[in-house]
Formats: sequence, structure tokens, C-alpha cells
Amino acid sequence: MANLTSTFAGIKSTNPFWLASAPPTDKEYNVRRAFEAGWGGVVWKTLGEAGPPVVNVNGPRYGAIWGADRRLLGLNNIELITDRPLEVNLREMKAVKRDYPDRALIASLMVPCVEEAWKAILPLVEETGADGIELNCGCPHGMSERGMGAAVGQNPDLIEMITRWCKQNTRMPVIVKLTPNITDVRKPALAAKKGGADAVSLINTINSITSVDLDDFCPEPAIDGKGTHGGYCGPAVKPIALNMVAEIARSADTADLPISGIGGITTWRDAAEFLSLGAGNVQVCTAAMTYGFGIIKEMTAGLSLWMDRKGFTEVEQVVGRAVPNVTDWQYLNLNFVTKAKIDAEKCIGCGRCFAACEDTSHQAIWQKPDRVFEVNDAECVACNLCVNVCPVEDCITMERVAPGKMDERTGKVVSAEPGNWTQHPNNPMVPAAE
Amino acid sequence: MTHSPQTDGIVAARLDSQTLAAHFDDIYPDLDPHEARVAADRCYFCHDAPCVTACPTAIDIPLFIRQIATGMPEAAARTILGQNILGAMCARVCPTETLCEGSCVREVAEGNPVEIGRLQRYATDGLLASNEHPFERAAPTGKRVAVVGAGPAGLACAHRLAMLGHEVVIHDAHAKPGGLNEYGIASYKAANDIAQEEVDWLLRIGGISIVTGSALGRDVSLAELQESHDAVFLGMGLAGVNALRAPGEDLDGVRDAVDFIAELRQCDDLSALPIGRHVVVIGGGMTAVDAAVQSRLLGAEHVTMVYRRDRGAMSASDYELDHASTEGVTILTNAMPVAVTGAGKAQAVEFAYTRSGATGLEKTGETFTLPADQVFKAIGQTLAGAPEGLTLEGGKIAVDAAGRTSVSGIWAGGDCAAGGEDLTVTAVAQGRDAALDIHRALT
Repeated sequence: MANLTSTFAGIKSTNPFWLASAPPTDKEYNVRRAFEAGWGGVVWKTLGEAGPPVVNVNGPRYGAIWGADRRLLGLNNIELITDRPLEVNLREMKAVKRDYPDRALIASLMVPCVEEAWKAILPLVEETGADGIELNCGCPHGMSERGMGAAVGQNPDLIEMITRWCKQNTRMPVIVKLTPNITDVRKPALAAKKGGADAVSLINTINSITSVDLDDFCPEPAIDGKGTHGGYCGPAVKPIALNMVAEIARSADTADLPISGIGGITTWRDAAEFLSLGAGNVQVCTAAMTYGFGIIKEMTAGLSLWMDRKGFTEVEQVVGRAVPNVTDWQYLNLNFVTKAKIDAEKCIGCGRCFAACEDTSHQAIWQKPDRVFEVNDAECVACNLCVNVCPVEDCITMERVAPGKMDERTGKVVSAEPGNWTQHPNNPMVPAAE
Repeated sequence: MTHSPQTDGIVAARLDSQTLAAHFDDIYPDLDPHEARVAADRCYFCHDAPCVTACPTAIDIPLFIRQIATGMPEAAARTILGQNILGAMCARVCPTETLCEGSCVREVAEGNPVEIGRLQRYATDGLLASNEHPFERAAPTGKRVAVVGAGPAGLACAHRLAMLGHEVVIHDAHAKPGGLNEYGIASYKAANDIAQEEVDWLLRIGGISIVTGSALGRDVSLAELQESHDAVFLGMGLAGVNALRAPGEDLDGVRDAVDFIAELRQCDDLSALPIGRHVVVIGGGMTAVDAAVQSRLLGAEHVTMVYRRDRGAMSASDYELDHASTEGVTILTNAMPVAVTGAGKAQAVEFAYTRSGATGLEKTGETFTLPADQVFKAIGQTLAGAPEGLTLEGGKIAVDAAGRTSVSGIWAGGDCAAGGEDLTVTAVAQGRDAALDIHRALT
């Protein structure tokens, strides 16, 4: 059976599944329940500096979008960092870490951008026995208006600065949590690395308005007739997070920087995908908030079984396995020619492929008598839209046109040699042949 | 409770009032909004959808289901009612398993279709409950059209004519409008007086008056109607019933199933309605099923439905036959009645087994007898008192695709017209389409 124990940025945990810094990790009671359920680690909900804690709104903190049967697809929140006194959090962290020495306990931190503030809090955290710290450079609402959270995360110079302060003032590993509300995630990641970060974690939540009340004309979640943008998370954000993780993992500047993957992870498969794109471990929040801590049993069992089937014995063997296959568009093989093929046995005759292709694509599907749908290879550009709109799994597949055969659309013989845009005659950047 | 299912003879109150009320309550309660959205989410919004092709009224089913899914059931109701003004009753009585749901790609793929009928009911019931009538009349044309029969065909025809600006007078032989929706459908399929509610709602278009208790050939003649109107639509259904043509048919306890169903529908106190201990229903169609099931629901101990051919030849759908079986009806096939026997009243029915032979159905020579203190005949209805001068076809009024009869100025549709399937939804389509043709002819 695969060994799921994990060492991330020098921090050991019983499995690579941590609970992200968020309401589930705001206090001892929850965290003990999480550890009893089997979570490998927690990132304790963000601590602020000593003194009167922040306050939260007293109306709704969360907005959501759902599927037809109320399946939660996306969640947003306008909650701030912990609103409990610093000393209470520190006391509870120490007690939990004492009782669960094999689990990772990370303190998420957010204090003002002055070195004294970081110097003040780091020894207090160290004293709890915490395994590391995570710098919250991502919270997109409330705290960012006060010059913290995403306000730092959107400025690489500030990231580098506070990371350096932390590295200079603590022995604990420093993880920098990045915001996705930027244009190029590689820049803040590189800044964190330059500041000496041991790892980055991403993504934090995405600026969002989940919906608008069309009676009150107010964004949700509504507080007394007003709303504000909140941080979006849950299954809907996973593709955005996967891309950002991969961008850092495949960038030469940051390829060696450990990544804690966050963003919509709900199942073992989501986790395996993050790991394969370069995440050293993963953090989960929305799935736990939706279903409770018990989902960890599915995640660990599923990941373990999948690894067994694949012959992987250690999590590290999965980490980054897909990274070499993430490339730039210009390097994709233009001589890889495929055509959609509809399996008449599996086809149930809904005609969605036809409507999609005929109305919005390339008119490459014929509707024949008795609702038989067939692909016209002379028009099919292999866009895959028919595959994606087909309600039947594996009914429509993309079949490769073997090298040496003619592509009926172009009338050209498919080359066995790979060829990409950098070599294509239509590319103005390609030197003309002599 | 004065009697039990085991009491011999035809007696009332075999079950207590509470049980009876529960038995005849709405068979399939309405979907709630969440259930409707979940059910609607299963629709694939097929291109050139097979369900639409299968619907005699050609309702744009994927569109109305999508309108439910997006939280606009009122818009869905308009989509439905624009094609089928009796969409609420059709949602209850259509054999969806052989029409829209039977052709749903998910039925074909999974044996589990989108619940089109229940979704249609959700949308149309909501609109009826809101008491909104979304259709308006065109400017008056000054033309007057007579409609005979206030059943599905006549009502659909009248509503469309009224929409187009014509004045409509409907003559109906019964005390109430609605036709088979009011008199010929099992009570549990049309609970809470939905048939009358739908008629009242439909009439809000305006321009339609109904003369009840006015039968063609008895109270009013076709010539009179032609004389005083610009066009006539005949949709009076099938008032005649086929006879058993077996000895003992006249014994007490033997009656037409349609009369029983009508009496039950109009009955205010089910505990006063008598039913036999041993009930035998002869026939294999929907009328037979409705009579048999309702006999059981009234407390008959043994109900047997007997059909002379095999199960595949029954006109009742598998769905309805399964429902009958679930309600405790015994279904026997390949047996024909030879005689009803009894001293002064029915006590038993003697049957002969049948098989299909070279010259058609033949008796095998074997017989059996079922005890029967009540016998319902449900072996088909016929056109009674067809007006003279109209060409008939197979005993029904011959019509062309637009509903025109052999006589200029007279249209026909519904069960009384040839070529239909004796379905409510077909009658609605024929009435609607005849109205459009009448409009073309008059303007």
C-alpha cells in the first residue's frame, strides 16, 4: 500500500492533505475534530497582531452558486482573519500540537507591513510548537483595504520584504500564500523565493460577486441592502488554480520552489491532479465546509488506491509528473491530426453534438435519417466541442489520423514528423527558406 | 362503515370515508419547485427533439423544461398552452409513456425518461392557480362559429377561434362542460375538480358561450346551426357504447363502464356509491382499466379485467396495466364472455378461452366461470346519432387533414372524427387545427 506520509518544506505530516487557513481551522475544537477524522495537517486560521481583534459582519458571510440539485459549485466569503484574541489562538495551538505531534500545524499570519509587527508575533507563534508559518498575502476583502492580505500579495516588492523579515526572525519554515487576483502569478512567486521563502501556497480566493438579488438589486451576500466582493473558492475555481500551480512549477525561476496546492480540491482525483502539476501537498477548505471533515477518508483511500494501481509507493513520485507536459501553445504539435468519431451504439440521438457543431462551430456533423449523427471528416477541425457537450461518456471520441493518411479537411497527407508553430511557414517570425 | 369488502352483492360503504378519500385523492402529487428544477435539469435540450415530434400538439418540450429549470414556470406554461390549451389535463391523462416520455432519449438510453408529464403539470397548474390568462383576443371578425361538444376537441377549437376574434357558441349534451375530462376519466387522475377549473380558466379568453343540456339531433339540429352560424365544428365524441351480445347482458348488475365512471366522477359522497364484491370488467382499454381500478378503490374484494385477445393487443398502456395490477386488479387475457348468469341478477360470467386462428379469433373449447355480482362492459364506444349528410368512415365522421368534413362549412375533430387515436391530446390538436382552417375559410 502506498505511503501517504508527506514532507513538505521540511514539515512532516501523516498525509498530504492539510486543511487550509479558514473557518474550519479557527479554533481548537474544530482542529481536534479534523485530526481525529484523519487530516494530515492544518493551517490555523490567520492570526493578526496582538490587541483588539478584527470584527466580522453580523449578516451573511458567504455567497454561493449551485447546480440544479443544490450541489455547491462555488462559494465566496467576506469573512476576515480570526476575530478571536491572539493569546487564545496561541494557547489552543500549543495544546493541539502537543496532543497531535505527528500532524502539521501551520500558523497563518497577517500583520501590518512593518518589521516590528512581524518581529513581535513570530516568537509567540514559535513558542506554540507550530511547524511553520504561512504568510497570508491573499485575502482579497477587508484586510486588503487596510494594506494587508492581497494588498501585499499584489505587490511583489512587499512580498519579498515581509518574507525576508520572517526568514530573518524565525527558524520556522515560511510558506507564502499567493493571491490569484494578479496578472502573472510567477512574479509574486519569484518575489517570495527571492525573500527566502521555503514554499508558496496557492491559490487564495478570487475576487467575486456570486449573484445579484433581482428584487433588491443588491449583490450577494447582502448585508442590509449592500454587498461587497468576496473571495471565490470551491470546485468552480479548480481550473484556475491548476494553471497557476503549473505556471510556477514549470517556470525555470521557481521550479524548485515547493508549492502547496489550493483551489477547489474536493476529491482524491483533484488532489492527484494538483500533485502531478507540481504541488508538494494540497490544502482543502470548501469541500470540508460543504461535507464536513469525513471527506478526508475518501481522499486518502482514493489517492492510496490510485497510487497502488499506478505503482507509486510515495507521494513524491507523483509530484510534478505532469509538469513536463505543460508547454506553450507554440510548441504543440500541429501535425497531430484527429477527427471526432461518434459511436453509433452508444449514441442516444439527442443531437446536441449536431446543434453545437452546426450552430456554433464548423458544420462537421451530419444529421441523417432516424436521428443518426455522423462526422464529416472533410469539415471536422477536431475542436472537441461535440465531445464536451455529449451527455454520454465515451460516445464521441477523438481518433488520430495516422501519419501517412490524408486529412480530408486539408487534402494534405499527415506528416509523421512533429511540427509546431515555431516552424510553421505562416509564422512571420520563422526565417524564410533560402 | 356498514359493509366490508367481503359483503356479498352490490353495496355502498365497503370502506370508511377516510380511506375512500385517500384512495381517490390526486394520484401523483404536484412537484414542488425544487423537485421540478431537479427533474428539469435532466433534460438534454435535444436538437430537433423526438419528444416534440411524438407530441400530437407539438409542444416545444425542451423549451418549456428549460424555462422551468431557469425559474420561469410561468413562461413554461405559456409555451405549453400556446400549443395545447388543455395542457393541465393532458399533463394528467396523456399516455406519456407512449408519446413524449416514450421517445425521450433518456428513456431510450436509460429506461428513465425526463418526467415531461409531471413537469408540464407543474407549469400549467401554477398558471391556473395564479388565475392568469395569458392569451388575448384579436379584433372582432363579426363571424360566428357553432361548436358541438365541450370536450377537449370542442374547447380547443373554441379557444383558438375566440383568440382569432370570432364569436363561439358551444352546445353540449351534458350538464357541465369538459366532455371526457369531466365524465370519462378516473377520479384520481383529475382530483380537486381540475377539469372544471381548467374550463373556467380557458373561457376567460372571452367570446365563448356554452349551452349545456343541448344535444345535437335532440335539442338542436345541424341545419339550424348551419343556418345561424358562419361555420360549424363537430366534436361531440362517442356517445354510444358497444353491446356484449351475450345472454344475460340485461341482468341487474350489468352496466356500461362509461356510466359507472361518469357517476363516480360526479359523486359527492363516495361512501354512498355501491360497488360489487366480485367485479368483472370486460374490455382491454383505458375505460376498462379506469373502471377496474376504481372498483378496487371503492372496496370491491375481487376485480378481474378480462380481455378477449392477448395483452399486446390491449389498447391500455403497459403503464396503466401495471397500475391496475398494483391496485389488485387481476388481468386475464384470451378469454371472451359467453354468458352472464344469475337468478334475476348477475351472479357469474362464463368465459371461453380464445386463441387466434386462421379465420381470426376462435374459441379453444375450454371455458371457466368467474363469480360476478357486478359486470362492467368496456368494449368500445361508437358514434351515436351522426348527422345525416356527412360521409362516414369506419363509423366515424370522415375528415381531411384540416378537419373538413364532406359538407362545406362543417368541420369535425376529436373522437367522433375518423383517423384519430381517441386521445385527449389528439382531440386538442384536431380542434386547434380545425379552428385555424375555419379562420382561413372565414377571413
